[in-house]
Amino acid sequence: MWVHLRIELYKIFRKPRTYLAFAAITALIVIIQIGLYVDGKEYTEFVMADFANSFAVDGKILNGYFICYVILQLLLIHVPLLIALIAADMISGEANMGTLRLLLTKPQSRTAIVTAKFLASVIYTLMLLIWIAILGLFVSTMIFGTDDLFIMKSSYVVIVKESDVFWRYTGAFCFAALAMITVASLGFFLSFFAENSIGPIVATMSVIIVCTILSTMNIPIFNVIKPYLFTTHMITWKEFFDFKVNDANEAIVGSIQYPERIIHSSIVLLIHILGFAGGAILLFRKKDILS
Amino acid sequence: MKPFKIVIVIFLFACISTKVSAQDVTALVMKVKNKLDQVNDYTAEGKMKTDIAFIKAPVGGVKVFYKKPNKFKLQRNGGISVLPKGGVSINIGNMIVTTGFTAIDAGVVDIGKVKTRIIKLLPNGDNNDIILSTLYIDEANLLIIKSITSTRENGTYEMEMRYGKFAEYGLPDKVLFSFNAKDYKLPKGITLEFEDTDQATKDKLKGKKGRVEITYSAYEINKGIADSVFK
Amino acid sequence: MSSIVKVNFLTKQFNQFTAVNDLSFTVEKGDVYGFLGQNGAGKSTTIRMMLTLITPTHGQIELFGYDLYKHRRDILQQIGAVIEKPDVYKYLSAYDNLQLFARLSGVNPTQKIIMDQLEMVGLADRAKDTVKTFSQGMKQRLGIAIALVHNPSLIMLDEPTNGLDPQGIADIRNLILQLSRDRKKTVIVSSHLLSEIEQIATRILIIDKGHKLVEGSAAELFDTTQTIVQLETTNNEQALQQLELSSWKTNLKPLRDGHILIQLDQQDIPHLNQFLVNQQIGVLSLQPRHSLEDYFLQITAGKQHVGTFTN
Repeated sequence: MWVHLRIELYKIFRKPRTYLAFAAITALIVIIQIGLYVDGKEYTEFVMADFANSFAVDGKILNGYFICYVILQLLLIHVPLLIALIAADMISGEANMGTLRLLLTKPQSRTAIVTAKFLASVIYTLMLLIWIAILGLFVSTMIFGTDDLFIMKSSYVVIVKESDVFWRYTGAFCFAALAMITVASLGFFLSFFAENSIGPIVATMSVIIVCTILSTMNIPIFNVIKPYLFTTHMITWKEFFDFKVNDANEAIVGSIQYPERIIHSSIVLLIHILGFAGGAILLFRKKDILS
Repeated sequence: MKPFKIVIVIFLFACISTKVSAQDVTALVMKVKNKLDQVNDYTAEGKMKTDIAFIKAPVGGVKVFYKKPNKFKLQRNGGISVLPKGGVSINIGNMIVTTGFTAIDAGVVDIGKVKTRIIKLLPNGDNNDIILSTLYIDEANLLIIKSITSTRENGTYEMEMRYGKFAEYGLPDKVLFSFNAKDYKLPKGITLEFEDTDQATKDKLKGKKGRVEITYSAYEINKGIADSVFK
Repeated sequence: MSSIVKVNFLTKQFNQFTAVNDLSFTVEKGDVYGFLGQNGAGKSTTIRMMLTLITPTHGQIELFGYDLYKHRRDILQQIGAVIEKPDVYKYLSAYDNLQLFARLSGVNPTQKIIMDQLEMVGLADRAKDTVKTFSQGMKQRLGIAIALVHNPSLIMLDEPTNGLDPQGIADIRNLILQLSRDRKKTVIVSSHLLSEIEQIATRILIIDKGHKLVEGSAAELFDTTQTIVQLETTNNEQALQQLELSSWKTNLKPLRDGHILIQLDQQDIPHLNQFLVNQQIGVLSLQPRHSLEDYFLQITAGKQHVGTFTN
């Protein structure tokens, strides 16, 4: 299967569309960084408006860690589209090009071929996340410096000590990778059903948008299905940026407030990944290739 | 007629006693002030902890500078600090109104194991931000153990002091600054949080008092500090 | 002769539609096996089932003496295929495509071998050009190079001349003959171009609506000493009247355009000409029709073996 994997990666990185995704991410992040570099003060004042009525906040809020948090919040809505561009093209793109039938007449097992395709889309996703981490975290800290990380949660404020931030970002990016792999596996699964890429790409984004809406709205009838939607769990990376406090309300450095949420969400996402990817692999083994 | 005379005598005695008592407590306040006046300047290293129910913050290092008569600066050693608006007046000297006040004896109370005299200071003029200052003074050691200060602009706050090796200068090892967090608005984040905090927790977050606690590890007293430090 | 391919009772149903119905045939080693049928007859479906692209509803396929689905990988190692229009990765060059598919075929050819393959199909000078700049004919040739790069013993070509110009068609024909005669490959060629199959096929299978109609060599299927000629004269009506009074009356078929078809032995063609001249009917043309084409048309129309023109 390693031969297949190398071939699939080779095909992905020979396609111009792949570099379009990296370029788009770069442009988005750079635009955010420029905007915050020029008008960051106004942005933080806006974010802090309510809070600043009652409290005086002193320190370098607009630092690289804060910028990275803003970038992650914004991009983890847009990155799924870029992932779907590749993942949802893996099978349908080949069918559309007509190369699928040629590929499957070769003396290789269908399971190996389709698994290699899935793994290639996972590797692409990971590379995209690494690129986001490099630009969003490392470049931001180089430009804006570092300090404590100031986060406004829905009903409380968290200030993470500077020395306690980096490992949290490592965890958050790992979790974000898991979330994005879930998106990739959904796109990959939908790719099975079409013979051109536009359908699965649009379908992937539609599913994500609809499920995000269902996850966000606090309506009792939706609350029943929310725990099972992968979009509900995709934002659990934020739990890395909340810590426990002792009885004296002192931050326990190195702790996570709700580690069980992270574990639970990871399991839900893994189940989705196995379901989508496994479903695609099983169906592909039996698929009649008519394209 | 006789009961009326008794009442008059008691009333006159109370007035004289009050006048005498007022003079006593004013003198006590001035003694405490004089003790604090030994310190022309100091630099202190410490750790500051913000204890507010809806803020999770780490303990941060601070450096405090003071120069007589009223120069005071609190400087963080990096990090982000959150303090109630209006600042935290942790300068002990600020608790004592130096001129134009009326001191009233309000009795004694034990704070911990320390017997303290309660003295209420009422500024005479209307121009002061401070409306009323209540001091709990350890008479034996001339130390302010606690103060409750009501201000026009920034509400009422409490300060508690714990003393150690710098007690002879009237400088505390630990200062706890307390305020009522009930009236502070809970932050509203723009965060896409799906799991909303429930109302019971929100109410719990609102109800508590807020505290800022500074623990001093070292003082450098009367070594001289340039005015430029306070700019 | 050993059978390379044995297909028994092969059936494929797509919902209510039966594309291939109880199809059985064999291909012998060294055959150039012509697989004929109209569009939609089931040729491509059959070839796709033989390449495991489509799962049969039921039936058995044996290749090289082994069950296809039990020894899929080993069998496909021995097969090279071009299915309809051969599509390759347009954003890669011819060289890169060939190298990629060679690796998937289980071989790791050197640069020389790849260039030799491209040379064989006339694409050596375009080796480094991306395929999106190629014409249909060039893509077809690249497809054949990909099918042959791992030196398979069985080659399946599904409509290999689609979209090709006459020179391209001739090139493919010559290549097939070369593969068969010089390289001893077994070739299965499906096509609806009867003239091409007629020139190269050693054995023929004709299917229609998923059923086998006939299978065998040309000699087994029809009498090649007989031929059908299309007659055009200066007075077709009179010529028809005269022929109906002659010994050729049972072998006549008038066409709507006035021409006349006559089946006769090849050696009788001059006699026919003489007969018409004697009746003072000028002969404008006497054109032999392809026997396979007529055989095919007849057999797929449900008519009996050619020799009797029945209406």
